[in-house]
Amino acid sequence: MIQFDRFTLSNGLRVLVHPDSATPMAVVNVLYNVGARDEDPSHTGFAHLFEHLMFGGSVNIPEYDEPLQMAGGENNAYTTNDLTNYYIQLPADNLETAFWLESDRMLSLAFSEKSLATQRKVVCEEFKENYLNKPYGDSWHKMRELAYQVHPYRWMTIGKELSHIEKATVQQVRSFFYKHYTPCNAILVVAGAVDTERVKQLAEKWFGDIPSGTLYERNLPVEPVQTAARQLTVKAPVPLDMFCKTWHMVGRKDRAYHAVDLLTDILGSGASSRLYHALVKEQPLFSSIDCYHFGSNDPGLLTIEGKLVKGVSMEKAEAALQVQLQKVIEEKVTDNELQKVKNKTESMIAFEDMSVMSRASSLAYYEWLVDATEMNQELGKYEAVSSASIREQARSIFREENSNTLYYLASK
Amino acid sequence: MPNRTQPPPIVDAVAYQLTLRPLERATLDNGIPVYMMNAGAEDVLQLEWLYPAGNSFESQNLVAATANFLLRNGTRTKNALQINEAVDYFGAYLNRSCYNEQASLVLHCMTKHIDSLLPIVREVVTESVLPEDELQLYCQNMKQRLEVNLRKADFVAGRLIDTYLFGVDHPYGKFSSAEAFDALDRSTLLRFYETHYQQAQPMLFVAGKIPAGLLDQLNRFFGDLPATPLNCPIHAIVPASTKKYRIDNDKQGMQGAIRMARLFPNRHHPDFIPAQLLNAVLGGFFGSRLMSNIREDKGYTYGIHSYLMNLQQQSAWMISTEAGKEVTEATITEVYREMERLRNEPVGEEELLLVRNYMMGGLLGDLDGPFQLMGRWKNLILHGVDEGYFYKTIDTIKHFSAANLQELAQRYLRPEDFYELVVI
Repeated sequence: MIQFDRFTLSNGLRVLVHPDSATPMAVVNVLYNVGARDEDPSHTGFAHLFEHLMFGGSVNIPEYDEPLQMAGGENNAYTTNDLTNYYIQLPADNLETAFWLESDRMLSLAFSEKSLATQRKVVCEEFKENYLNKPYGDSWHKMRELAYQVHPYRWMTIGKELSHIEKATVQQVRSFFYKHYTPCNAILVVAGAVDTERVKQLAEKWFGDIPSGTLYERNLPVEPVQTAARQLTVKAPVPLDMFCKTWHMVGRKDRAYHAVDLLTDILGSGASSRLYHALVKEQPLFSSIDCYHFGSNDPGLLTIEGKLVKGVSMEKAEAALQVQLQKVIEEKVTDNELQKVKNKTESMIAFEDMSVMSRASSLAYYEWLVDATEMNQELGKYEAVSSASIREQARSIFREENSNTLYYLASK
Repeated sequence: MPNRTQPPPIVDAVAYQLTLRPLERATLDNGIPVYMMNAGAEDVLQLEWLYPAGNSFESQNLVAATANFLLRNGTRTKNALQINEAVDYFGAYLNRSCYNEQASLVLHCMTKHIDSLLPIVREVVTESVLPEDELQLYCQNMKQRLEVNLRKADFVAGRLIDTYLFGVDHPYGKFSSAEAFDALDRSTLLRFYETHYQQAQPMLFVAGKIPAGLLDQLNRFFGDLPATPLNCPIHAIVPASTKKYRIDNDKQGMQGAIRMARLFPNRHHPDFIPAQLLNAVLGGFFGSRLMSNIREDKGYTYGIHSYLMNLQQQSAWMISTEAGKEVTEATITEVYREMERLRNEPVGEEELLLVRNYMMGGLLGDLDGPFQLMGRWKNLILHGVDEGYFYKTIDTIKHFSAANLQELAQRYLRPEDFYELVVI
């Protein structure tokens, strides 16, 4: 049970406090309600580029990192298709330094030409390192474009193409900032060796006078229901054929989400999972296989992805996979198998909750999703999943007309 | 309205008196040493069995790693699936890893399930049969994975730089190949398993919320095994005579993987601890000189790091980055320029205080939680140093002078000592 206090400043900034006296450290976590899905299709990669620019100096503080390091702290950030999250960990004595730094960059960035020019280059190198200069690195670019026709999950957080980043201007950066990086679009979580009264004072002092901004109303195009299977074959200089297939699934807030999550665990997580056992071990068709999803807020993709053993045809591998899917559609999972994935979820949550940093970011996430109290309901929701509801989800997801298949073939 | 141009006052982290929470030590009936860190609020446990079974002990490439991998893939009474199901059912993770000197089996589980899991671990370390079909499948999949990895410049660079430093026959420098997988045979693996697991004495590291009676349970399941202590053979280090390499791995490559490295003494040498402070200034964190210059000023790379390798016999000082193809040489030039600055000018007091505070703050955070504490203790134990080493580290971070750092840079950050490699 994670305890926390919660209050809202008059400018709309939501603040959560999670005291934990067992650590000498404090964590300050700021979540902004903006992700890659909020980008203009002709300027993709902005939410993530911003993650870099946020370290390039703010209106009153030329250097973000130096004063934090001087205070014994470290920080990082991540961007997803749904949200952007920044976090600092530092000795609790120096908590106010984190308030000073985070509030100034929420007030306004410095918008320096030099910082933008450098970070454009850095992000382009990141793009190359992770998506272009690696075998199969572009497979998710292709899969997203295949599976989504209108929803902005069509592109990855790094962006659709290098040129969108290369051409980013200070003017575009400025307007993106004032639209999304405002108190009413943010959630602040303070955790660790802190007390709520002190956090209240510091929050008022440093964040209280920042103009509220306009509440961002998300109005994204809804992906139409897919009615026919889609298939794409690409050839690239990779050593092995890769198979990737996705099916549309419910979004994170849907009541069926937890059943789908357990379904993916049953199929493809761990050495005792069905797909690994049947298709890697029993009949060696794949050299590796995984089943996963991203837990995205809007309806997402359940994915099965694997590399084929040399000499095995796509058709043969896919047919064997279909047998496994048919099984989960037709037969209920056993009590034992269901209990296994529930136990696994329970221990995963316990391990995650060991770190105060991870508790802080989870609180921010659940507050953003619906309400931070949900964090304590999560395990109960998994416990309540029945084998009937898993089968029901399998039936509704694993329909051919709901699927997108990518054959990523070795060109030779 | 707060004054935003004025930073709030801080407590310098160098002022902290850090202490390393003590470790409990025990010995099982057969002499197996057990180290315990009972801490943390969550009902979870981490148990590690560390065997003298690293690749230093093997007489044929990949034998140690393969024997370690196959531990979980079949015993006299259970096949791989049955073992995996038994572990997974309790939401536990049983991972194995093979290192240079040791090889390990690590169990993570909820404290309440430990009694159900210990018999499985015992079975794995006493009754594994390393089945032939599992071996064949492993080799097939590993060869395929290797083929993919060999297309990655960073993977290729990581292998090559180690061979330049230590020699291709040294455990730190040798690497896998399709031929080495093909040459494996089950009988050699079984002999290795017998000597280095069944008969050998492991060390046991236990951290988390430790239930009463756990030690008795460990004695019950592991206290009756042969547990013969084994000494790790020492292999000769044979560094390459050529220092500079440029490798063309991929004609379409967009980035070059750069590695620059020199040999460095191990933790018993008095320069090791101060070198960690110097390394932090050079490239050990986000605010380091390499990062500030090459990423934040020039934008040549997404990240550049330097570190002292965590090796027991002999360490090495490594600089590692992936930079745009057209700026790889410019990146190397800048790295040498930063070394030159450290040799020619003392680090400024302001910068040095920042690095000291940053390292102390990091230590404070690192000592948070049972697994982290155990990780630190285990490192001390494996390197054969005591907690005095930890306190020496803190003292060095706090007090080692800029003049002494400069002298250290003059001794070790000399371009002529560095191997230099670019793989595109």
